[in-house]
Amino acid sequence: MPEPVLSIRDLAVEFATDDGVVHAVDGISYDVFPGETLGIVGESGSGKSVSTLALLGLIPQPPGRIVSGTAMFKDRDLLKLKKKALRDFRGKEVAMIFQDPMTSLNPVLKVGFQLGEAIKTHFPKESDSTVKSRVVELLRLVGVPNPDQRAEQYPHEFSGGMRQRAMIAMSIANSPSLLIADEPTTALDVTIQAQVLEVLKNVQAETQAATILITHDLGIVAEMCERVIVMYAGRIVETGDVHTIFRAPRHPYTIGLMDSLPKLTEDEEWLRPIPGSPPSLINRPSGCAFHPRCFLSQGRTKCREEVPLLHSAEGSGHFAACHFSEELVGHQSKFSESVTA
Amino acid sequence: MLTYIIRRVLYSIPVLIVSSFLSFTFVSLAGNPLGQLRIVPNISQNTLNNLSHQYHLDKPIPIRYMYWVEDVFTHKLGNSLQTLQPIWPDITRTLGHTLQVVMTAEILALILGILVGIFSATRQYSFFDYFFTSFSFLGFAMPVFWVALLLQIAFTDIYLHWHVRIFYASGLNSVPGGSAWSIDRLQHIALPVLTLMIISFALYSRFMRASMLDVLNTDYVRTARAKGLPEWRVIMGHVFRNALIPIITVAALNIGAVFGGAIITETIFTLDGIGFYFVNRLGAGDVYAVMAYLVVTSVIIVLFNLIADILYGFLDPRIRYE
Amino acid sequence: MSEMTSRPDPRNEHEGLVPGEQGIGRMLSGQAAVVDSTVAAGLEIKARSQWAYARKRFIRHRLAMASLIVLTFVFGVGIFANIIAPYSYQAFDLTNILHAPTTVGHHYFGTDDIGRDYFSGCIYGIRTSLEVGVFVAFLATIFGLLVGAVAGYFGGWIDNLLMRITDLVLTLPALAILLVVAALLGQGSQWRVSFILAGFFWTGLARIVRGLFLSLREKEYVEAAKACGSGNMRIMFRHILPNTLGPIIVNGTLAVATAILTEAALSFLGFGIKATTPSLGKLVASGQANPTDWWLTVFPGLIIVTIVLCINFIGDGLRDALDPTQRRLRA
Repeated sequence: MPEPVLSIRDLAVEFATDDGVVHAVDGISYDVFPGETLGIVGESGSGKSVSTLALLGLIPQPPGRIVSGTAMFKDRDLLKLKKKALRDFRGKEVAMIFQDPMTSLNPVLKVGFQLGEAIKTHFPKESDSTVKSRVVELLRLVGVPNPDQRAEQYPHEFSGGMRQRAMIAMSIANSPSLLIADEPTTALDVTIQAQVLEVLKNVQAETQAATILITHDLGIVAEMCERVIVMYAGRIVETGDVHTIFRAPRHPYTIGLMDSLPKLTEDEEWLRPIPGSPPSLINRPSGCAFHPRCFLSQGRTKCREEVPLLHSAEGSGHFAACHFSEELVGHQSKFSESVTA
Repeated sequence: MLTYIIRRVLYSIPVLIVSSFLSFTFVSLAGNPLGQLRIVPNISQNTLNNLSHQYHLDKPIPIRYMYWVEDVFTHKLGNSLQTLQPIWPDITRTLGHTLQVVMTAEILALILGILVGIFSATRQYSFFDYFFTSFSFLGFAMPVFWVALLLQIAFTDIYLHWHVRIFYASGLNSVPGGSAWSIDRLQHIALPVLTLMIISFALYSRFMRASMLDVLNTDYVRTARAKGLPEWRVIMGHVFRNALIPIITVAALNIGAVFGGAIITETIFTLDGIGFYFVNRLGAGDVYAVMAYLVVTSVIIVLFNLIADILYGFLDPRIRYE
Repeated sequence: MSEMTSRPDPRNEHEGLVPGEQGIGRMLSGQAAVVDSTVAAGLEIKARSQWAYARKRFIRHRLAMASLIVLTFVFGVGIFANIIAPYSYQAFDLTNILHAPTTVGHHYFGTDDIGRDYFSGCIYGIRTSLEVGVFVAFLATIFGLLVGAVAGYFGGWIDNLLMRITDLVLTLPALAILLVVAALLGQGSQWRVSFILAGFFWTGLARIVRGLFLSLREKEYVEAAKACGSGNMRIMFRHILPNTLGPIIVNGTLAVATAILTEAALSFLGFGIKATTPSLGKLVASGQANPTDWWLTVFPGLIIVTIVLCINFIGDGLRDALDPTQRRLRA
């Protein structure tokens, strides 16, 4: 087993708001291995973005607060680093791609300048012409046509898909070891989505960077990821490799997620969403956070009182946080036939 | 960029025409131009008739407007009906004085306001922030004339009690023939400048703070930080320029109000400025002089708006292509 | 009808999330127990009406609440001026001119240059200022609302024309024009002055309302209403208008403050309300001739400042309460 690039242990983040303390992330732990693509799936408010923002120190510290946890990256705990030291990692070893390309680029600065900035910050000695040619090269790599002209343009002259490509280019400018893509295609049209994912795949192949892909779209997970983490209400409820999870999910929430997807190959009369609504992160349900909506729980006391911990389910590296996940053995997910080895 | 500028300039012209026409109509209806003259003893009906004819007072307003426009260009705003002297020299003289006070006040207010706004935003909820926010609120609530009066009273008091003249409370000069920036002059314009500054400063500091906070929370600032830029570079390179953009609009819109404020301060501090001139001429019913004031001020306001538009286009590339 | 997708009904605070009507029935019968227990366990946040939320947020804004109390007090003084003021505004006493503030004879604010009680003058001045302020703001808001709504909703040439007019008014030197118009009509009653002021102020509100209508008419619920056959009037008033009330209320409130300040300035310069009606601006003016009698300048000015400050804080609180998504300027 190779050494993980990133090791997060017991990370907990909370936010102080007018209505109370929001427990955004509640004690999660996971590893990311070199070269792999790890998917983090969950609804809005599951804490998937917050955990990665915390890594880079991008959570405003009031009202946010990193309560506990470590994040070991190349033998340094990112969460304990001072601002200055952390800045050395940002944009160089660890890079982030954000969700909304429309607003993630500064509208009054040229795109080429913003990309160049990413390089110059970490390599101030580089000459302007070197930086410029590298910028053009990056744009070409991500598939932006006429990169030398485009570099002199402003963000509003780029289309949405192109902007996201530019963002991707910016993130890999310094060949990071870890790439975090926070819902990179959510704000884009479906056809553009496919293109941008393609670019992401190419870029990963080029740079061999480990990638954390955050999304709420199971389709993207199936296409891009090797391993998956499913999050709910700030906790990890299931984790494992992508085939196993799709073939044999062992947590009611994961099953619910998959069931709610319409299947193109069959005729379904009723759609089956998960009943209820996502829980309040201020007043989380006691015990297992999912129990009020769980079809498996059926009001059992254990679900209401005890927080389930991740324990081994079927297959190696497959864990589920459910008291009664054994009862799901033999449950075939909707997609089990589609999942080929 | 050039087309943008030209478009803005061309747009301003019809605005000026319509606004001057409206003003002219108002003023003509308001003033009884010959009213004052009629009181002059021994003035003959003949003279009145001649004057009436000369100034086209027997014609309908739109026609009079056309004559007036012609006057503006050929005879430099024509002659006052009262003094029968050309208006232009008065205008240029008084305008110069007013601009000195107004521009000094505005530039100081802008610089200080922007600086305070930046600091307040980056040190949100600190004592500094609360202090200046309170100051801003107070600044908005205090009427210009009150501030001016208080300052006048205060400094007159200081002089009367301690015989020390820090700032003058009236007039432009005590020493005739000084340069426009002599110490004497500066002492005289200090109070009016201070008065006008207070309200503008309140406006600019508050807007700058709000603008900074808006920008500090944008996605692109988060991207900049994620790239590893040091905080000062984030602020100077990304935040500052974007935050400045709305301030330009605010400053341009404020110019009209500042000229209004100038009317008040010049009245209180008896400065030989265009605002004081205006109030006098208005009280006397001197139509052409009042029109001259309105036109000149309109031109200046439109000019400032134009400058603001250009600056805006310079700072924000998105605007250039509209 | 069974294909009708579930759009959250804007009037309903609970967002529906189940597609297909009959789907709900099926779901609920099977999972009713689950859903009920959720609510019963108090695991969902209780939904409240919009106005309740707004009220709660306003109350939390301490300065706004304090200002509300102070302003109510001031309002009271203005309304009951007849009862509170020790002297009638016309009563003058030439033996007692320019007297400093004292408790003798209830001249708490002193007397002016013809012996009138300044305290009474200020109290009546408060009444005048408030009457003018509220009246102007009210008129300007109504007119600005109408113009802005029509311009923003219908767009096209109406919008263009109306906006050109308001733009024009903005480029005119405001105070100067006001002075000219005031001179045109001579010193008048406070109502005439109010009309003049309203004639200027409506433009600002029109711009804001127009912007709001312009953006709101693109919303889906307007499209939906049109698809149901609602006429323009109905859409404008039943759908869009309620959503614009927030900014309108805020700006209307702030307009009161601006109106009071402007009227004071006009009266100060002698172009405003006629001399027999007390106005705080005019009172300050009397201080100009007598600089050593500080009470003439200070008291009316302080009152203006207090009123305007309170209104501004309240406006700020209203802005926070009615639109929490906006950046808090944290007074």
